Amino acid sequence: MTNRTPLYEEHVADGGKLVDFAGWEMPINYGSQIDEHNNVRNDAGMFDVSHMTVVDLTGERTREFLRYLLANNVDRLKDSGKALYSCMLNEDGGVIDDLIVYFLSDDFFRMVVNAGTREKDIAWLEKQAPAFGVSVTERPELAMIAVQGPNARDKALPLLSDAVRPAAAGLKPFFGVFDGDWFIARTGYTGEDGFEIVLPADAAAAFWQQLRAAGVRPTGLGARDTLRLEAGMNLYGSDMDESISPLEAALGWTVAWEPAERDFIGRTALERQREAGTTQKLVGLLLVDKGVLRNHQKVVTDGEADGEITSGSFSPTLQRAIAFARVPKSTGDTCQVDVRGKLLNARVVKPPFVRNGEAQIEL
Amino acid sequence: MSNVPVELKYAKTHEWARSNDDGSVTIGISDNAQDQLGDMVFIELPEVGQSVSAAEACAVVESVKAASDVYAPIAGEVLEVNDGLADSPESVNSDAYGEGWLFRLQPADAGELAGLMDGDAYETFLASEAH
Repeated sequence: MTNRTPLYEEHVADGGKLVDFAGWEMPINYGSQIDEHNNVRNDAGMFDVSHMTVVDLTGERTREFLRYLLANNVDRLKDSGKALYSCMLNEDGGVIDDLIVYFLSDDFFRMVVNAGTREKDIAWLEKQAPAFGVSVTERPELAMIAVQGPNARDKALPLLSDAVRPAAAGLKPFFGVFDGDWFIARTGYTGEDGFEIVLPADAAAAFWQQLRAAGVRPTGLGARDTLRLEAGMNLYGSDMDESISPLEAALGWTVAWEPAERDFIGRTALERQREAGTTQKLVGLLLVDKGVLRNHQKVVTDGEADGEITSGSFSPTLQRAIAFARVPKSTGDTCQVDVRGKLLNARVVKPPFVRNGEAQIEL
Repeated sequence: MSNVPVELKYAKTHEWARSNDDGSVTIGISDNAQDQLGDMVFIELPEVGQSVSAAEACAVVESVKAASDVYAPIAGEVLEVNDGLADSPESVNSDAYGEGWLFRLQPADAGELAGLMDGDAYETFLASEAH
Protein backbone atom coordinates (compact mmCIF):
# COMPACT_ATOMS: atom_id res chain seq x y z
CA MET A 1 0.00 0.00 0.00
CA THR A 2 1.35 3.42 -0.89
CA ASN A 3 0.72 6.42 1.30
CA ARG A 4 -0.66 9.71 0.06
CA THR A 5 0.12 13.11 1.53
CA PRO A 6 -2.62 15.69 2.26
CA LEU A 7 -1.59 17.34 -1.02
CA TYR A 8 -2.26 14.32 -3.23
CA GLU A 9 -5.34 15.88 -4.84
CA GLU A 10 -3.35 19.04 -5.58
CA HIS A 11 -0.65 17.03 -7.35
CA VAL A 12 -3.26 15.35 -9.51
CA ALA A 13 -4.90 18.71 -10.28
CA ASP A 14 -1.48 20.21 -11.11
CA GLY A 15 -0.75 17.40 -13.59
CA GLY A 16 1.92 15.79 -11.42
CA LYS A 17 3.51 12.58 -12.67
CA LEU A 18 3.16 10.38 -9.59
CA VAL A 19 5.72 7.74 -8.67
CA ASP A 20 6.39 5.59 -5.65
CA PHE A 21 8.95 7.21 -3.35
CA ALA A 22 9.78 5.40 -0.12
CA GLY A 23 6.23 4.06 -0.04
CA TRP A 24 4.63 7.41 -0.86
CA GLU A 25 2.85 8.40 -4.05
CA MET A 26 4.77 11.57 -4.89
CA PRO A 27 5.10 13.85 -7.95
CA ILE A 28 8.41 13.34 -9.82
CA ASN A 29 7.54 16.36 -11.97
CA TYR A 30 4.54 18.31 -13.23
CA GLY A 31 5.66 18.33 -16.88
CA SER A 32 9.26 19.46 -17.13
CA GLN A 33 11.80 18.75 -14.42
CA ILE A 34 14.30 21.15 -15.99
CA ASP A 35 11.82 24.05 -16.13
CA GLU A 36 10.91 23.39 -12.49
CA HIS A 37 14.59 23.29 -11.52
CA ASN A 38 15.37 26.56 -13.30
CA ASN A 39 12.30 28.20 -11.82
CA VAL A 40 13.61 27.49 -8.30
CA ARG A 41 17.01 28.97 -9.23
CA ASN A 42 15.39 32.07 -10.76
CA ASP A 43 12.08 32.65 -8.99
CA ALA A 44 10.17 30.43 -6.53
CA GLY A 45 9.00 26.83 -6.43
CA MET A 46 7.21 24.70 -3.86
CA PHE A 47 7.70 21.07 -2.88
CA ASP A 48 5.41 18.77 -0.99
CA VAL A 49 7.70 17.21 1.61
CA SER A 50 4.89 15.94 3.83
CA HIS A 51 6.26 12.41 3.44
CA MET A 52 9.14 13.39 5.71
CA THR A 53 8.74 12.54 9.35
CA VAL A 54 8.37 15.17 12.06
CA VAL A 55 9.31 13.85 15.50
CA ASP A 56 8.92 15.89 18.69
CA LEU A 57 11.22 15.10 21.61
CA THR A 58 10.12 16.28 25.02
CA GLY A 59 11.33 15.92 28.58
CA GLU A 60 13.66 17.71 30.94
CA ARG A 61 16.72 15.79 29.75
CA THR A 62 16.08 16.21 26.00
CA ARG A 63 19.24 18.24 25.39
CA GLU A 64 21.33 15.69 27.26
CA PHE A 65 19.71 12.91 25.21
CA LEU A 66 20.51 14.62 21.91
CA ARG A 67 24.07 15.33 23.04
CA TYR A 68 24.45 11.53 23.24
CA LEU A 69 22.31 10.61 20.22
CA LEU A 70 23.78 12.88 17.54
CA ALA A 71 27.27 13.24 16.05
CA ASN A 72 26.85 16.99 15.82
CA ASN A 73 26.55 18.80 19.15
CA VAL A 74 23.19 20.30 20.12
CA ASP A 75 25.07 22.56 22.54
CA ARG A 76 25.75 24.63 19.42
CA LEU A 77 22.05 25.53 19.67
CA LYS A 78 21.76 28.40 22.11
CA ASP A 79 18.90 30.49 20.69
CA SER A 80 15.36 29.17 20.55
CA GLY A 81 14.33 28.24 17.00
CA LYS A 82 17.87 27.47 15.83
CA ALA A 83 18.38 24.40 13.62
CA LEU A 84 21.28 21.98 13.38
CA TYR A 85 22.10 19.44 10.67
CA SER A 86 23.45 16.16 12.05
CA CYS A 87 24.01 12.51 11.37
CA MET A 88 22.55 9.93 13.74
CA LEU A 89 25.10 7.11 13.95
CA ASN A 90 25.09 3.50 15.02
CA GLU A 91 27.79 2.11 17.34
CA ASP A 92 30.00 1.34 14.32
CA GLY A 93 29.91 4.96 13.17
CA GLY A 94 27.61 4.16 10.22
CA VAL A 95 24.90 6.66 9.38
CA ILE A 96 21.39 5.59 10.45
CA ASP A 97 20.01 8.84 9.04
CA ASP A 98 20.80 12.49 8.49
CA LEU A 99 18.37 14.97 9.96
CA ILE A 100 17.58 18.51 11.06
CA VAL A 101 16.96 19.17 14.73
CA TYR A 102 15.40 22.41 16.01
CA PHE A 103 15.97 23.70 19.53
CA LEU A 104 12.69 25.11 20.80
CA SER A 105 13.13 25.03 24.56
CA ASP A 106 15.26 22.96 26.91
CA ASP A 107 12.52 20.36 27.24
CA PHE A 108 11.37 20.46 23.60
CA PHE A 109 13.34 19.76 20.43
CA ARG A 110 11.86 18.91 17.02
CA MET A 111 13.51 16.59 14.51
CA VAL A 112 12.75 16.14 10.81
CA VAL A 113 13.96 12.79 9.47
CA ASN A 114 13.81 11.06 6.08
CA ALA A 115 10.71 9.21 4.88
CA GLY A 116 12.63 6.15 3.73
CA THR A 117 14.22 5.63 7.14
CA ARG A 118 11.16 6.41 9.26
CA GLU A 119 10.66 3.00 10.82
CA LYS A 120 14.26 2.34 11.81
CA ASP A 121 14.69 5.94 13.01
CA ILE A 122 11.69 5.69 15.31
CA ALA A 123 12.82 2.28 16.54
CA TRP A 124 16.29 3.68 17.29
CA LEU A 125 14.89 6.75 19.08
CA GLU A 126 12.54 4.62 21.14
CA LYS A 127 15.43 2.36 22.08
CA GLN A 128 17.68 5.21 23.23
CA ALA A 129 15.18 7.70 24.69
CA PRO A 130 13.89 5.88 27.79
CA ALA A 131 17.26 6.06 29.56
CA PHE A 132 16.86 9.84 29.49
CA GLY A 133 13.13 9.89 30.23
CA VAL A 134 12.52 11.54 26.86
CA SER A 135 9.20 11.12 25.03
CA VAL A 136 9.30 10.46 21.28
CA THR A 137 6.18 11.69 19.49
CA GLU A 138 5.64 11.35 15.74
CA ARG A 139 3.47 14.05 14.19
CA PRO A 140 1.76 12.38 11.21
CA GLU A 141 -1.06 14.93 11.39
CA LEU A 142 1.37 17.59 10.14
CA ALA A 143 2.15 18.37 6.49
CA MET A 144 5.26 20.12 5.22
CA ILE A 145 5.75 22.43 2.25
CA ALA A 146 9.15 23.77 1.17
CA VAL A 147 9.05 27.11 -0.67
CA GLN A 148 12.42 27.77 -2.30
CA GLY A 149 14.03 30.28 -4.61
CA PRO A 150 15.24 33.89 -4.65
CA ASN A 151 11.63 35.16 -4.56
CA ALA A 152 10.28 32.43 -2.25
CA ARG A 153 10.21 34.45 0.96
CA ASP A 154 8.64 37.51 -0.68
CA LYS A 155 5.89 35.37 -2.19
CA ALA A 156 5.21 33.29 0.93
CA LEU A 157 5.31 35.99 3.63
CA PRO A 158 2.03 37.73 2.69
CA LEU A 159 0.26 34.37 3.06
CA LEU A 160 1.36 33.81 6.67
CA SER A 161 -0.69 35.04 9.61
CA ASP A 162 -0.38 38.70 10.60
CA ALA A 163 0.83 37.54 13.99
CA VAL A 164 3.86 35.62 12.74
CA ARG A 165 4.75 37.62 9.63
CA PRO A 166 7.22 40.04 11.27
CA ALA A 167 9.04 37.21 13.03
CA ALA A 168 9.07 35.05 9.88
CA ALA A 169 10.37 37.97 7.82
CA GLY A 170 13.12 38.51 10.36
CA LEU A 171 14.27 34.88 10.58
CA LYS A 172 17.97 34.40 10.12
CA PRO A 173 19.09 31.42 8.01
CA PHE A 174 18.64 28.10 9.84
CA PHE A 175 16.11 29.47 12.32
CA GLY A 176 12.43 28.64 12.73
CA VAL A 177 9.45 30.14 14.55
CA PHE A 178 6.12 28.75 15.74
CA ASP A 179 2.73 30.17 14.83
CA GLY A 180 0.27 27.99 16.75
CA ASP A 181 0.47 24.57 15.06
CA TRP A 182 2.44 26.08 12.18
CA PHE A 183 6.24 26.14 12.19
CA ILE A 184 8.08 28.32 9.69
CA ALA A 185 11.81 27.73 9.21
CA ARG A 186 14.34 29.41 6.94
CA THR A 187 15.86 26.13 5.78
CA GLY A 188 15.86 24.07 2.61
CA TYR A 189 17.47 21.50 0.37
CA THR A 190 18.09 23.47 -2.82
CA GLY A 191 20.93 25.93 -2.18
CA GLU A 192 18.44 28.80 -2.47
CA ASP A 193 16.78 30.99 0.12
CA GLY A 194 13.29 30.09 1.29
CA PHE A 195 11.15 28.49 3.95
CA GLU A 196 10.19 25.02 5.03
CA ILE A 197 6.73 25.27 6.54
CA VAL A 198 5.24 22.62 8.81
CA LEU A 199 1.47 23.02 9.08
CA PRO A 200 -1.64 21.02 10.00
CA ALA A 201 -2.56 18.51 7.30
CA ASP A 202 -6.05 19.97 6.94
CA ALA A 203 -4.61 23.42 6.14
CA ALA A 204 -2.11 22.16 3.57
CA ALA A 205 -4.23 22.14 0.41
CA ALA A 206 -5.55 25.68 0.93
CA PHE A 207 -2.03 27.00 1.60
CA TRP A 208 -0.69 25.20 -1.48
CA GLN A 209 -3.42 26.85 -3.59
CA GLN A 210 -2.61 30.27 -2.14
CA LEU A 211 1.08 29.80 -2.90
CA ARG A 212 0.23 28.73 -6.45
CA ALA A 213 -1.96 31.83 -6.86
CA ALA A 214 0.97 33.93 -5.61
CA GLY A 215 3.10 32.56 -8.45
CA VAL A 216 4.94 29.81 -6.62
CA ARG A 217 5.24 26.89 -9.01
CA PRO A 218 4.71 23.23 -7.97
CA THR A 219 8.06 21.45 -8.23
CA GLY A 220 8.58 17.69 -8.18
CA LEU A 221 11.04 15.38 -6.49
CA GLY A 222 13.05 15.15 -9.72
CA ALA A 223 14.01 18.82 -9.52
CA ARG A 224 14.49 18.50 -5.77
CA ASP A 225 17.18 15.92 -6.46
CA THR A 226 19.06 17.93 -9.13
CA LEU A 227 18.81 21.08 -6.99
CA ARG A 228 20.28 19.40 -3.90
CA LEU A 229 23.02 17.75 -5.97
CA GLU A 230 24.04 21.12 -7.44
CA ALA A 231 23.91 22.56 -3.92
CA GLY A 232 26.36 19.88 -2.72
CA MET A 233 23.91 18.28 -0.29
CA ASN A 234 24.01 14.55 0.40
CA LEU A 235 21.07 12.21 -0.09
CA TYR A 236 20.64 9.47 2.48
CA GLY A 237 20.63 6.00 0.94
CA SER A 238 22.63 7.16 -2.08
CA ASP A 239 25.60 9.09 -0.70
CA MET A 240 25.73 7.44 2.73
CA ASP A 241 24.09 4.68 4.71
CA GLU A 242 24.76 2.47 7.70
CA SER A 243 27.91 1.02 6.11
CA ILE A 244 29.46 4.48 5.59
CA SER A 245 30.73 6.87 8.23
CA PRO A 246 30.33 10.65 7.95
CA LEU A 247 34.12 10.84 7.43
CA GLU A 248 33.72 8.87 4.19
CA ALA A 249 30.70 10.91 3.07
CA ALA A 250 32.14 14.46 3.10
CA LEU A 251 30.24 15.04 6.35
CA GLY A 252 33.24 15.34 8.67
CA TRP A 253 32.22 18.97 9.22
CA THR A 254 29.04 17.77 10.95
CA VAL A 255 30.92 15.72 13.55
CA ALA A 256 31.57 17.76 16.69
CA TRP A 257 34.77 16.30 18.21
CA GLU A 258 34.96 18.97 20.88
CA PRO A 259 34.41 18.82 23.77
CA ALA A 260 36.42 15.60 23.85
CA GLU A 261 34.53 14.35 26.89
CA ARG A 262 31.16 14.38 25.10
CA ASP A 263 30.21 10.74 24.54
CA PHE A 264 27.96 10.22 21.54
CA ILE A 265 26.86 7.02 19.83
CA GLY A 266 29.48 6.03 17.28
CA ARG A 267 32.22 8.25 18.72
CA THR A 268 34.62 5.43 19.59
CA ALA A 269 34.33 3.92 16.11
CA LEU A 270 34.79 7.31 14.45
CA GLU A 271 37.86 8.10 16.54
CA ARG A 272 39.38 4.77 15.60
CA GLN A 273 38.69 5.51 11.94
CA ARG A 274 40.17 9.01 12.24
CA GLU A 275 43.35 7.63 13.78
CA ALA A 276 43.73 4.77 11.29
CA GLY A 277 42.86 7.10 8.42
CA THR A 278 39.98 6.65 6.02
CA THR A 279 40.66 4.86 2.74
CA GLN A 280 37.97 6.57 0.69
CA LYS A 281 36.35 9.98 0.35
CA LEU A 282 33.30 11.52 -1.26
CA VAL A 283 34.13 14.11 -3.93
CA GLY A 284 32.36 16.12 -6.61
CA LEU A 285 32.84 15.27 -10.29
CA LEU A 286 32.35 17.43 -13.36
CA LEU A 287 32.22 15.48 -16.60
CA VAL A 288 34.58 16.93 -19.22
CA ASP A 289 33.46 14.72 -22.13
CA LYS A 290 29.90 14.61 -23.46
CA GLY A 291 27.48 12.32 -21.65
CA VAL A 292 25.55 12.01 -18.41
CA LEU A 293 26.80 10.72 -15.06
CA ARG A 294 24.49 8.30 -13.23
CA ASN A 295 24.39 6.56 -9.86
CA HIS A 296 26.58 3.45 -9.58
CA GLN A 297 28.80 4.14 -12.59
CA LYS A 298 32.37 2.96 -12.00
CA VAL A 299 35.04 5.61 -11.41
CA VAL A 300 38.55 4.72 -12.60
CA THR A 301 41.44 6.48 -10.85
CA ASP A 302 45.24 6.23 -10.79
CA GLY A 303 44.93 4.53 -7.43
CA GLU A 304 44.72 0.81 -6.85
CA ALA A 305 40.94 0.69 -6.30
CA ASP A 306 37.95 1.82 -8.32
CA GLY A 307 35.39 4.33 -7.09
CA GLU A 308 31.68 4.65 -7.66
CA ILE A 309 29.25 7.45 -8.40
CA THR A 310 26.77 7.78 -5.55
CA SER A 311 24.63 10.55 -7.08
CA GLY A 312 24.94 11.56 -10.72
CA SER A 313 22.83 13.67 -13.04
CA PHE A 314 22.75 16.39 -15.61
CA SER A 315 23.02 19.82 -14.01
CA PRO A 316 20.40 22.11 -15.54
CA THR A 317 22.15 25.20 -14.15
CA LEU A 318 25.64 24.30 -15.40
CA GLN A 319 24.41 22.42 -18.50
CA ARG A 320 26.96 19.72 -17.70
CA ALA A 321 26.93 16.31 -16.07
CA ILE A 322 27.89 16.40 -12.37
CA ALA A 323 28.10 13.83 -9.61
CA PHE A 324 29.22 12.86 -6.15
CA ALA A 325 31.54 9.86 -6.17
CA ARG A 326 33.16 7.76 -3.49
CA VAL A 327 36.78 7.29 -4.55
CA PRO A 328 40.10 6.16 -3.04
CA LYS A 329 41.62 8.74 -0.71
CA SER A 330 44.62 9.14 -3.06
CA THR A 331 42.47 10.36 -5.98
CA GLY A 332 43.82 13.57 -7.49
CA ASP A 333 42.28 16.22 -9.75
CA THR A 334 41.07 13.98 -12.55
CA CYS A 335 39.52 10.56 -13.08
CA GLN A 336 37.57 8.60 -15.65
CA VAL A 337 34.02 7.31 -15.44
CA ASP A 338 32.77 4.15 -17.14
CA VAL A 339 29.66 5.40 -18.93
CA ARG A 340 28.07 2.38 -20.60
CA GLY A 341 31.40 0.84 -21.51
CA LYS A 342 33.20 4.03 -22.53
CA LEU A 343 35.75 5.72 -20.28
CA LEU A 344 34.93 9.45 -20.14
CA ASN A 345 37.13 12.11 -18.55
CA ALA A 346 36.00 13.95 -15.44
CA ARG A 347 37.45 16.57 -13.13
CA VAL A 348 37.40 16.19 -9.35
CA VAL A 349 35.86 19.33 -7.84
CA LYS A 350 34.77 20.56 -4.44
CA PRO A 351 30.98 20.90 -4.03
CA PRO A 352 28.78 22.91 -3.93
CA PHE A 353 28.43 23.24 -7.69
CA VAL A 354 25.81 26.00 -7.42
CA ARG A 355 24.70 28.34 -4.62
CA ASN A 356 22.08 31.07 -4.84
CA GLY A 357 21.85 30.66 -8.59
CA GLU A 358 25.59 31.09 -9.19
CA ALA A 359 28.11 28.49 -10.35
CA GLN A 360 30.66 27.77 -7.62
CA ILE A 361 33.12 25.80 -9.74
CA GLU A 362 35.06 26.60 -12.88
CA LEU A 363 33.58 24.94 -15.97
CA MET B 1 -3.77 11.23 -24.63
CA SER B 2 -0.55 10.59 -26.49
CA ASN B 3 0.00 11.90 -29.95
CA VAL B 4 0.18 8.90 -32.37
CA PRO B 5 0.27 9.94 -36.07
CA VAL B 6 -1.54 7.31 -38.16
CA GLU B 7 0.82 7.48 -41.16
CA LEU B 8 3.80 6.15 -39.15
CA LYS B 9 4.83 2.64 -38.12
CA TYR B 10 5.75 1.77 -34.54
CA ALA B 11 7.90 -0.76 -32.69
CA LYS B 12 7.02 -2.28 -29.32
CA THR B 13 10.11 -0.55 -27.97
CA HIS B 14 8.42 2.80 -28.80
CA GLU B 15 10.36 3.87 -31.89
CA TRP B 16 8.49 5.26 -34.90
CA ALA B 17 9.46 4.80 -38.56
CA ARG B 18 8.44 7.00 -41.50
CA SER B 19 8.83 5.87 -45.14
CA ASN B 20 10.24 8.66 -47.26
CA ASP B 21 9.67 9.09 -51.02
CA ASP B 22 13.30 8.17 -51.79
CA GLY B 23 12.93 4.77 -50.13
CA SER B 24 14.77 5.77 -46.96
CA VAL B 25 13.16 5.44 -43.52
CA THR B 26 13.37 8.05 -40.75
CA ILE B 27 13.46 6.83 -37.15
CA GLY B 28 12.57 8.56 -33.89
CA ILE B 29 10.96 7.80 -30.53
CA SER B 30 7.24 8.18 -29.95
CA ASP B 31 5.61 11.05 -28.15
CA ASN B 32 4.56 8.59 -25.46
CA ALA B 33 8.19 7.48 -25.03
CA GLN B 34 9.55 11.02 -24.69
CA ASP B 35 6.80 11.83 -22.23
CA GLN B 36 7.68 8.81 -20.09
CA LEU B 37 11.41 9.60 -20.15
CA GLY B 38 11.13 13.31 -19.39
CA ASP B 39 13.41 16.20 -20.34
CA MET B 40 16.11 15.09 -22.78
CA VAL B 41 19.63 16.26 -22.01
CA PHE B 42 21.89 14.14 -24.25
CA ILE B 43 21.38 12.03 -27.36
CA GLU B 44 23.95 9.53 -28.64
CA LEU B 45 23.43 8.69 -32.31
CA PRO B 46 24.85 5.95 -34.56
CA GLU B 47 27.60 6.62 -37.13
CA VAL B 48 26.66 7.46 -40.70
CA GLY B 49 27.46 4.40 -42.81
CA GLN B 50 26.95 2.01 -39.91
CA SER B 51 24.87 -1.09 -40.60
CA VAL B 52 22.28 -1.92 -37.98
CA SER B 53 20.14 -4.99 -37.60
CA ALA B 54 16.53 -5.02 -36.51
CA ALA B 55 16.12 -4.66 -32.73
CA GLU B 56 19.79 -3.65 -32.35
CA ALA B 57 20.45 -0.96 -29.76
CA CYS B 58 21.99 1.77 -31.93
CA ALA B 59 21.28 5.06 -30.14
CA VAL B 60 20.80 6.28 -26.58
CA VAL B 61 18.43 8.97 -25.38
CA GLU B 62 19.33 10.36 -21.99
CA SER B 63 16.78 12.34 -20.07
CA VAL B 64 17.50 14.12 -16.83
CA LYS B 65 16.03 11.00 -15.21
CA ALA B 66 17.61 8.04 -17.03
CA ALA B 67 19.38 6.67 -20.10
CA SER B 68 17.39 4.53 -22.55
CA ASP B 69 18.51 2.52 -25.54
CA VAL B 70 16.89 3.15 -28.89
CA TYR B 71 16.47 0.02 -31.03
CA ALA B 72 16.50 0.01 -34.82
CA PRO B 73 12.93 -0.99 -35.81
CA ILE B 74 14.27 -2.51 -39.05
CA ALA B 75 17.68 -3.46 -40.47
CA GLY B 76 19.56 -1.07 -42.73
CA GLU B 77 22.42 1.33 -43.26
CA VAL B 78 22.51 4.70 -41.50
CA LEU B 79 22.31 7.45 -44.15
CA GLU B 80 22.04 10.50 -41.92
CA VAL B 81 21.77 11.42 -38.24
CA ASN B 82 20.11 14.45 -36.68
CA ASP B 83 23.16 16.53 -35.74
CA GLY B 84 20.91 19.30 -34.44
CA LEU B 85 20.17 17.22 -31.35
CA ALA B 86 23.69 17.84 -30.01
CA ASP B 87 22.68 21.41 -29.23
CA SER B 88 18.96 20.94 -28.70
CA PRO B 89 18.14 17.48 -27.35
CA GLU B 90 14.87 18.96 -26.07
CA SER B 91 13.54 18.79 -29.67
CA VAL B 92 12.80 15.14 -28.91
CA ASN B 93 10.39 16.36 -26.21
CA SER B 94 8.83 19.27 -28.08
CA ASP B 95 8.55 17.68 -31.54
CA ALA B 96 9.10 13.91 -31.32
CA TYR B 97 7.86 13.26 -34.88
CA GLY B 98 9.47 16.31 -36.51
CA GLU B 99 12.61 18.12 -35.40
CA GLY B 100 13.22 15.42 -32.83
CA TRP B 101 13.91 12.67 -35.42
CA LEU B 102 17.02 10.62 -34.63
CA PHE B 103 18.42 8.99 -37.78
CA ARG B 104 17.58 7.93 -41.34
CA LEU B 105 18.11 4.40 -42.68
CA GLN B 106 18.39 2.80 -46.09
CA PRO B 107 16.37 -0.36 -45.34
CA ALA B 108 17.99 -3.70 -46.03
CA ASP B 109 14.50 -5.02 -46.76
CA ALA B 110 11.66 -2.50 -47.04
CA GLY B 111 9.25 -5.38 -46.42
CA GLU B 112 10.33 -5.39 -42.77
CA LEU B 113 8.20 -2.29 -42.22
CA ALA B 114 5.08 -4.40 -42.59
CA GLY B 115 6.06 -6.23 -39.42
CA LEU B 116 5.70 -3.04 -37.36
CA MET B 117 2.49 -1.75 -35.79
CA ASP B 118 0.33 0.89 -37.43
CA GLY B 119 -0.97 3.84 -35.43
CA ASP B 120 -4.14 2.08 -34.27
CA ALA B 121 -2.26 -1.01 -33.16
CA TYR B 122 0.29 1.13 -31.29
CA GLU B 123 -2.49 2.99 -29.47
CA THR B 124 -3.97 -0.34 -28.43
CA PHE B 125 -0.51 -1.49 -27.37
CA LEU B 126 -0.03 1.65 -25.24
CA ALA B 127 -3.39 1.14 -23.60
CA SER B 128 -2.51 -2.48 -22.77
CA GLU B 129 0.90 -1.42 -21.37
CA ALA B 130 -0.76 1.12 -19.12
CA HIS B 131 -2.51 -1.71 -17.24
